[in-house]
Amino acid sequence: MTSKKLGGLFIALIVLCFASVAQAQNVIEITRGTDRATPIAVVPFGWSGSTPLPEDLAQITSNDLYHSGMFAPFDRQNMLSYPTRAEEIFPRDWKVLGVDYVVAGRVTHDAAADRYEIAFHLYGVAREELLMSKTVSGSRSQLRDLAHHVSDQVFEQLTGIRGAFNTKLLYVAAERFSVDNTRYTLQRSDYDGARAVTLLQSREPILSPTYAPDGQRIAYVSFESRRPEIFVHYVQTGRRERITSFQGLNGAPAWSPDGNRLAFVLSRDGNPEIYVMNLATKEMRRVTNHFAIDTEPTWMDNETIVFTSDRGGRPQIYKQNINTGGTERLSFVGNYNANAKLSADGQTMVMVHRQDGYQNFRIAAQDLKRGNLKVLTETSLDESPTVAPNGTMLIYATRQQGRGVLMLVSTNGRARSVIPTQFSDLRVPSWSPYLP
Amino acid sequence: MQVIKFGKFAALVVAFGVVVGCSSKGGDAAGTGAVDPNAGYTSSAPTSGSDMNSEEAALRAITTFYFELDSSELKPEAMRALDVHARDLKSAGNNVVLEGHTDERGSREYNMALGERRAAAVQRYLVLQGVSPAQLELVSYGEEKPAAMGSNEESWAQNRRVELRK
Repeated sequence: MTSKKLGGLFIALIVLCFASVAQAQNVIEITRGTDRATPIAVVPFGWSGSTPLPEDLAQITSNDLYHSGMFAPFDRQNMLSYPTRAEEIFPRDWKVLGVDYVVAGRVTHDAAADRYEIAFHLYGVAREELLMSKTVSGSRSQLRDLAHHVSDQVFEQLTGIRGAFNTKLLYVAAERFSVDNTRYTLQRSDYDGARAVTLLQSREPILSPTYAPDGQRIAYVSFESRRPEIFVHYVQTGRRERITSFQGLNGAPAWSPDGNRLAFVLSRDGNPEIYVMNLATKEMRRVTNHFAIDTEPTWMDNETIVFTSDRGGRPQIYKQNINTGGTERLSFVGNYNANAKLSADGQTMVMVHRQDGYQNFRIAAQDLKRGNLKVLTETSLDESPTVAPNGTMLIYATRQQGRGVLMLVSTNGRARSVIPTQFSDLRVPSWSPYLP
Repeated sequence: MQVIKFGKFAALVVAFGVVVGCSSKGGDAAGTGAVDPNAGYTSSAPTSGSDMNSEEAALRAITTFYFELDSSELKPEAMRALDVHARDLKSAGNNVVLEGHTDERGSREYNMALGERRAAAVQRYLVLQGVSPAQLELVSYGEEKPAAMGSNEESWAQNRRVELRK
């Protein structure tokens, strides 16, 4: 069996597993460790430099693979050998440990060009087969990118799914000094929270940051003029453009898949409605028309938006064709569903979800074809889900010991971890698309 | 810029439109009915006094109006205070900002809309008492500016509010 076939089979088994449970009760509460993740060993990379590298690159790769929920990285302290070259990988060392795959490599430094290179290998233990040998190089400041690149390569080789570890995250950090004094900053970091950079700082709330499909522009809501306004911000240059500043709500910006239009919410006509603006011409038109709250648009395709509305009495998810106006309700399980986001393949919708009789707001995933729902999170004040471009992971905001934190979970429910940060309170994460 | 100009025009439109458009169906959307300990009153507001002037002064001091869970309906206590504010606004003709807030539960942009619904309920009441809509600016902060920080019923009750700011 080739490694790609294995990946396919692996996914098929998970789907079968869910399908049978789904028939029994329609809603599945995921708890950890129900399926077996593939055991993989990421051996510490060899390095012969006189001073230690500033980053533990193999650990970054190991963490990436864990975050996907598809792999169970083997504890390096229990490894029997530490190969750094392909010929040093002995299958018996790994068979006895129950490890299926080994990632090994070494880092070299070209002092003249100040380039670091990782030569890495992926080895299949069962068939005693070298599956991949590659190199990747970059500057010292790109060391983490190199480690994520190794993860992407290994992940795609073994699962057939494009890796999404070289992606970025937007979020807002709030540092509250007193009731009337909070500093809000818009942060851009690696998907795992490392290397955070401040893009914007304000004494007033910043909300709903979201990446454009090109990965170059972002949109967000800023209260910097003491009322909400929507901005488009160019990440590289820092240039900002104010897009809306109407009376009432200006919120929930969402980029169309073609990147040419922005959907958002205005209440200038009396109550919250969804509008779509062509960013080149600034031509704007109203899409929804209902006395209830319509908000939190997201795009299913270039003609269809999915949004939250309480037109049925409680917030639920609807979709609407923006040309024909045809509207259809999508969410039916639970008494509160809001802030939907779609996976890139359009098959899965994640959203803030409250079950009937539950006190707790959780993140749930709904299969849009079959309609079944699974609750992905175990905390209680969960909001703002955002999905990795390959759909294997999601990040959401919740509260822990009185602080806002961002949680990273795999969509199969197996892996979960808190995104590390220097800030006291994080919220509104937005995952970038694949970046060039 | 074209959009901004339209925004100024829209300001007038929305001031009237919101009176028609608001409903009281919303709230912070949690599951159970919770008691709001400080319904309609700020903690600093004394309520005693047979003297009309001191009672009016006490009502005038109330500038934060609290809401039940899942509700944008004004409480009787809030209405009595707003009656005093309405008289003041009519005689002075000054402008005020009505800031709508929610508790932290549920999604943020949805709460932004709920906060506006609460501010609109206060605005509608004041307009019914004869205040000009042009004197009342609405801003919703949703759950972004909590008055109390805890994740418990007491804090949530303090955060479901509209603040009248001069």
